Amino acid sequence: MANCKAGKPGFQFFLMAVMVLSWAGTSISGQEAETDEYTVPRTADGDPDLQGFWSNQTYIPLERPDGVESAFYTDEEVAALEQGRAQGEAAQTTPGTIPDVHYDFTQFGLDRSQADFARNRRTSLIVDPSTGRLPPTNAEGQQRARDRAAAREGIGRWDSAEANQLDDRCLIMRGAGPPMMNAGYNSNYQIVQNRDYVMILVEMIHDARIIPLDGREHPAASARQWMGVPRGRWDGETLVVETTNFNGKNPFNGSSDQMRVIERFTRTGDDAITYTFTVEDSGTWDAPWTAEMLMTSTRGPLFEHGCHEGNYGLYNTLVGARLEERQAAEAAARQQQQR
Amino acid sequence: MFNQIRSSVWVCGVVSVFFLVPSIAVAQSDGYRAPRTAEGTPDLNGIWQAINTAHWDIEPHGASQGTTRELGALNAMPGGLGVVEGDVIPYRSEALEQRNENFADRVARDPAIKCYLPGVPRATYMPYPFQIIQSTDHIMILHEFAGAVRTVYMEDHVPAPAPSWMGWSNGRWDGETLVIETEGFNGMTWFDRSGNFHSDGLRVVERISARSPETLNYDVTIEDPEIFTRAWTMHMPLYRRVEANAELMEFRCVEFVEDLMYGHLRKQPD
Repeated sequence: MANCKAGKPGFQFFLMAVMVLSWAGTSISGQEAETDEYTVPRTADGDPDLQGFWSNQTYIPLERPDGVESAFYTDEEVAALEQGRAQGEAAQTTPGTIPDVHYDFTQFGLDRSQADFARNRRTSLIVDPSTGRLPPTNAEGQQRARDRAAAREGIGRWDSAEANQLDDRCLIMRGAGPPMMNAGYNSNYQIVQNRDYVMILVEMIHDARIIPLDGREHPAASARQWMGVPRGRWDGETLVVETTNFNGKNPFNGSSDQMRVIERFTRTGDDAITYTFTVEDSGTWDAPWTAEMLMTSTRGPLFEHGCHEGNYGLYNTLVGARLEERQAAEAAARQQQQR
Repeated sequence: MFNQIRSSVWVCGVVSVFFLVPSIAVAQSDGYRAPRTAEGTPDLNGIWQAINTAHWDIEPHGASQGTTRELGALNAMPGGLGVVEGDVIPYRSEALEQRNENFADRVARDPAIKCYLPGVPRATYMPYPFQIIQSTDHIMILHEFAGAVRTVYMEDHVPAPAPSWMGWSNGRWDGETLVIETEGFNGMTWFDRSGNFHSDGLRVVERISARSPETLNYDVTIEDPEIFTRAWTMHMPLYRRVEANAELMEFRCVEFVEDLMYGHLRKQPD
């Protein structure tokens, strides 16, 4: 899916320079100005047409970084920031070191500088509260964080498959959501609609969100799922999706299984969807908070992400961990003998 | 040589499909015509499921002992009259031996036990619902099992860019029928729990049409000259899940197979 280009760092820098130069002349806020005049295309059923291939890849962090006061960067600041991040991603690891034991993101076109990504000048995805930061975690949320940490105490990441991280297990991406946070790479989506459903296919781990539009209720509280249960409706030009019934096993920023996520998708141009989400979880935050992301059109099609099927990494790291333990035990036994 | 085999299979395939036409026509003889989408194509949208024993064994079979002693009657295979036209899959002799070995060792070898993407057409008749979401350029076929996804390209037909578990599906309308040609398989999936298998040369042609408001006709032709002496066909009806609250649930089965697949690599207590 990603636009694979040559992976030599020199070429990367050339590309980035071209990218930054060619883009420096255009206004980043141009997309926002477009909203007023844009006529959203319609499907044959007469609904706003959100279909296509989209990416919500961005360099904008969820929370405003420390030391940044303004809600918006200047064009020059954004350009410098993106260039710096892109250079960091293109940096090569040293052969023979642990960090080098991984595929080369740059080589496979997986770093953000090579993918389509949505630009605006915001300093944080969070738009409410105006601080651009998550509200303080309340007492219940803090207790849950302590409980979760305690449950993991004494368990090493490589002790078993179950002890490892969800995405390394190919179970679910941590940002799969909802809300749909961008991943490190392949933050690509395909939207397909008919009269009664909107389907959002998340490229990573081929997670399809099937959103019914017929006004049905959320199911009983006992029916809980990793990605919750979504219910959608059209509000004028906007698709509104409310998701509850999370199982709490992939907590978004420490949230509880009582989280309710309200997402709004509005097509603001041929190449753009404005995606906002509000998170309500009184078990974690005393007030709801809202973030805004842009989705930009990207080249399809999406290819099958058979993550679990090809998960040699998990197997090999577990084998390696057991081997290291055996070697350590043997070394300890030899030392014992020598004494 | 390969091309010769392939073209002779083609001829056989075409001939056998020709002979199938009467029986398919019988199935549709009530002349049912599907409602139309806003775009005027037959409306096959819905949540569908097979009700048969093809997921156990696509060939005719009597009931037999299960593989897991503790599960007793619940894991025993119920009998079924099969879904293969002519009853017998036309394996080449070496391939038939392979199938029989697969069957004998099915607990270790069946890829679906490991929650791997089940491939096509197996995904269609596993005992889990799937949903068709029909649009202009793309028709999505979304399966509950392992969250398997097929995108059927109704436009921009290209050959499979690379091998995959669920293959690469190009579709077209042939009157009342959605015809899907799928290739680009990686050869690692099976047809059922009984070891029936194929190679990465598999080509699947599915023909899906409405037979009543609540049922579809599903006909699928299998071509794989390395494994079979000729093309062969399966048919079955598919049933709409008519419950008002019918909905595909998450069946994220990776979680349920980790102990099976990686349990032997668990850290042992000191």
